[in-house]
Amino acid sequence: MLKVRIIPTLLWKNFGLVKGIGFDSWRRVGPVLPAIKVYNSRDVDELIFADITASQQGNAPDFDLVSDFSEECAVPLTVGGGITSLDHIASLLNAGADKIAINTAAYANPKLIEAATGHFGAQCVVGSIDVRKLDGGRYSCFSHSATVDTGRESVEWARELADRGVGEILLTSIDRDGTMLGYDVDIIERVARAVDIPVIASGGAGNYQHMIDAVLKAGASAVAAASMFHFTEQTPAGAKSAMQAAGIPVRRNFVSNIH
Amino acid sequence: MKVAIVSYGMGNLASVRRAFEDIGAEAYIAARPADLYNANRIVLPGVGAFAEGMKRLQDGGWVEALQDVVMRQRKPMLGICLGMQMLASAGYEGGLSRGLGFVPGEVKRLDALGCKLRIPHVGWNEVRYKTNDALFCEIPDLSDFYFVHSFAFTPENDEHLIATTHYDCLVAAAIRKDNIYGCQFHPEKSSKAGRQLLKNFMVHSPC
Repeated sequence: MLKVRIIPTLLWKNFGLVKGIGFDSWRRVGPVLPAIKVYNSRDVDELIFADITASQQGNAPDFDLVSDFSEECAVPLTVGGGITSLDHIASLLNAGADKIAINTAAYANPKLIEAATGHFGAQCVVGSIDVRKLDGGRYSCFSHSATVDTGRESVEWARELADRGVGEILLTSIDRDGTMLGYDVDIIERVARAVDIPVIASGGAGNYQHMIDAVLKAGASAVAAASMFHFTEQTPAGAKSAMQAAGIPVRRNFVSNIH
Repeated sequence: MKVAIVSYGMGNLASVRRAFEDIGAEAYIAARPADLYNANRIVLPGVGAFAEGMKRLQDGGWVEALQDVVMRQRKPMLGICLGMQMLASAGYEGGLSRGLGFVPGEVKRLDALGCKLRIPHVGWNEVRYKTNDALFCEIPDLSDFYFVHSFAFTPENDEHLIATTHYDCLVAAAIRKDNIYGCQFHPEKSSKAGRQLLKNFMVHSPC
């Protein structure tokens, strides 16, 4: 049976790991490498690493940085931030990324998605969508690290990304980001219903019950979290136990399997 | 023990090389077919589409070299994900195309095999052994491995199927024919279980 993944998210800004609230008020949480080592030694299911300043500042991904991080990572690593070309993707894969996430560049150049999935395969390309709920209940997609309203409606854009071939959707609620008040179950559920590829819930996780809700109520295939793991005592292992108790299939640890 | 990782322009080569280095193997990226001859083990990784992958193997002159070192010299080979799929006789991704033909069988999309769940099949899934193959030495049955794929291998000969996983339909998780191994999951990204499997492939002797 396929397991529901619990994915710590690492956000990089300039020189270190940060975590903000609503894609703002960034707070430093320390260097990346020790964080990756800890997550790796704890045998997490997967990691997402995103450079949140690259697209905003028009920078290319930092390939050397990714190379350093991937060296310490024995589980799948998804890298996002600043990707605008097939060359970027090829270089990131060479640097040790397993999947890449495209967000900002897809709005201006949706054909990049088709080119990327055609060349590297759907399974390698994650469509990342940052959404904000506007007055009147409409969910709009934002680019450039949540600073630009693209005017695209979220469910429709998710469907378009799926049609263009992405293998997964990483759906982040800007409103809930960093609040630890829970995922936006409503939009996750609507997107998960609209597409037949896996949807990763992101933005707002504050406790294990939030993760359970994202899976059981919204139909997420995976749950991502940052603040909850950075700033509270809760851990990916704890999340697994809680989810398992709620009847959700999670990956068992290889070592505990033997003993 | 030297491991050659075939570099034909499709794949997460760095991840694969690091995984082998982690377990103490001397891994190198084979940039040219001639590089395969120095190796004790051959690894064919792969991320991408079947037709494109085969085209690159053909254009790069890899097909003849692989036939030589794997089929004639009998060096142990491990195909990972697309690398496993291309061991087949034929694949349907990106139009029907011929595979390497090292292990008779076909590669079809999961929904053509009866899967009605979300495709691609992404994440950790349990691998169930069909035989007691040395590839899974020291790894408990039903351990989780990391999968990410939309197509799957159906071997013509059931004996070549050594492990399966379940994703609404039965999916070939690992195959073996003589010195040729393939796994649909990514051992290089399957944490400790994956590292153990790569060790087993290097040792290549029954438990």
